[in-house]
Amino acid sequence: MSTATQSERVALTGNEAAATAMRQINPDVVAAYPITPQTEIVQMFSNFVADGDVHTEFVRVESEHSAMSAVIASAASGARSMTATSANGLALMWEMLYIAASYRMPIVMPVVNRALSGPINIHCDHSDSMGARDSGWIQLYSENAQEAYDNIIQAVRIGEHPDVRLPVMVCQDGFIISHAMDNLYVLPDEDVQAFIGEGGGQEHSLLDVDNPATFGPLDLQNWYFEHKRQQVEGMKNAHRVIPEVAREFADVSGRSYDFFEEYRTEDADVVVVVLGSTAGTAKDVVDAMRADGHKVGLVKIRVFRPLPADKLVESLLSRSAVAIMDRSDTFSSAGGPVYHAVRHALYDVDERPPVSNYIYGLGGRDIRPSQIRRVFEETLEVARTGQRSRSISYLGVRE
Amino acid sequence: MEDILEVRWHGRGGQGAKTAANLLAEAASAAGQYIQAFPEYGPERMGAPVASFNRISSRVIRIRSAVEEPDVVVVLDASLVHSVDITDGLPDDGAIIVNTDKEPHEMREELSLEGRQVFTVDANSIAMDTIGRPIPNTPMLGAVVRATDILDYESFLSIMKQELEKKFGSRPEIVEGNIQAIERAYEEVRSE
Amino acid sequence: MSPDNKEYGRSGRTPEPDATWREVPIGGVLPWGGNAAEYETGDWRSMRPVYDPEVCIQCRLCWVYCPDSAVEVNEDGEVTGINYYHCKGCGICSAECPRDGAMEMEPEKAEE
Repeated sequence: MSTATQSERVALTGNEAAATAMRQINPDVVAAYPITPQTEIVQMFSNFVADGDVHTEFVRVESEHSAMSAVIASAASGARSMTATSANGLALMWEMLYIAASYRMPIVMPVVNRALSGPINIHCDHSDSMGARDSGWIQLYSENAQEAYDNIIQAVRIGEHPDVRLPVMVCQDGFIISHAMDNLYVLPDEDVQAFIGEGGGQEHSLLDVDNPATFGPLDLQNWYFEHKRQQVEGMKNAHRVIPEVAREFADVSGRSYDFFEEYRTEDADVVVVVLGSTAGTAKDVVDAMRADGHKVGLVKIRVFRPLPADKLVESLLSRSAVAIMDRSDTFSSAGGPVYHAVRHALYDVDERPPVSNYIYGLGGRDIRPSQIRRVFEETLEVARTGQRSRSISYLGVRE
Repeated sequence: MEDILEVRWHGRGGQGAKTAANLLAEAASAAGQYIQAFPEYGPERMGAPVASFNRISSRVIRIRSAVEEPDVVVVLDASLVHSVDITDGLPDDGAIIVNTDKEPHEMREELSLEGRQVFTVDANSIAMDTIGRPIPNTPMLGAVVRATDILDYESFLSIMKQELEKKFGSRPEIVEGNIQAIERAYEEVRSE
Repeated sequence: MSPDNKEYGRSGRTPEPDATWREVPIGGVLPWGGNAAEYETGDWRSMRPVYDPEVCIQCRLCWVYCPDSAVEVNEDGEVTGINYYHCKGCGICSAECPRDGAMEMEPEKAEE
């Protein structure tokens, strides 16, 4: 971070950091509806609009379904478009999420992760965004306010890249990040503007009356499959574009990003895979266990869609054992979504390590260093015994 | 993690426990420290017991778990002493700072507390005298700085003045009242 | 069914029916206006309107009401006939026509 001399160190909550990024992006259109714990983002952004700090057309819609519909339309007109949501708001957007992705609209949406009802709960888990993992959106996960801020700015460039043209969700943990004041470095407004560029990135515009185009026509057996295959190609291209954007961002900010972060994994026998704020706590646990002589490390996934499957295999294949921590469940009775993804990626490797799954933190249940330590200790035991089984544990639930 | 100072604030909805934690964090951050400030979220009700938290360290803070063993507990409303377990998790070398007109030994008896340091300060009276309203959170910040040595007092005062001017720039009497409240609480806090 | 009017039909702008995913426009966009004209809806007809200029009084109600713009007019705005490439045979023109015999619906003939 020392190279980021032009950055200002501030103390902001995750929501304030997200709203600041949105102000600096200065999108053409924001259509949003408030929902805890995302509300503050929209509230603060509407202040920026009222104060004339941004030129954004702010659309006060009557639901999240309308919010997503509105930004799909504005993106189709070539306007840089954003919204933000959480939990049930994201769920209400569901059918429009798929339409945004399949129309290839580069919408950027901060998602403040919150447990999906029911029973009704306002606190953090990943059931909302994980449920949308197959909607065709790029998904970035953030450990803290800094990463939420940095990811939102990079998301604009990733989504608008002509070879990608996909919407991007930037996830941060509800309350744990969104409502916690944290230190971060904020770029000068002009640096953000220079980094994101003119943008828009749409080849055709709904508002170009001289070159009229039809968006969203009926697409039956003879074409639908071709368009879905194109969509996959956009995701594939994102594998190339995400690191390109990260390199440019590092030049501006001094902060480096990749598909995932490897923390003290060089010689690690045991690696735990996690995403979101829990990675911060887990890093402290890694340090404590390293001090005790255990060869343990952490992989923190930043990009879950597209899934960096090959790179994860490269990072994990030489380990003696791996544990995946999931903050949501698939209710398949066969493990959580991150576990499925990572375990699947490892299948083609002959010498693959045993992979176990810990589902934790549902509905905002606190995750303590002692619990993460238990995950490492049990995984070290798996490494010692070489025991291989489909092990799915619920960490922190009263048994 | 041992090199992080953890603070738990107890108050009632509307008394400014969240704001106090944020102000302490902003002051510590401006002084070059790494910080966290976060409230305990439940249903928002005026008057209901609420809590908020700080972590302050000279190193980057990564932990995101709840604060379970705070080094310092600050109680903005003495009536909470009997309805909330305010000493929960407070270690033997911890400190508790209560807004009350009682002496520290009286508060110690009331809490049946052994060990730990007990501080008291009459922040309500100070707030009435200086700000004109019974808002105990800013004077309590002065008491916290006195009790913990987490920040240099003079630089804390100048940072607080800047922060308050940002928020109440158009009303210098509010800035001045709050600064006086902090100064008086810093002087008047008692301990045993 | 062969189009009755040769000026309509494939314009060459739309991808060939066997185009690959690399060749079709991104996101299902149709980057041309007026492409509905290329869509043959004339083969939906079971009844066809038959226009008789001798009986027609040029009130143009058929042109106003036709939901597919399939009633053809000349430069002076006079009705000249039916575009059977687009006419779906809904019969609205015939129902609205004030003159018996100017726009009569007849069963669609078998393929010629």
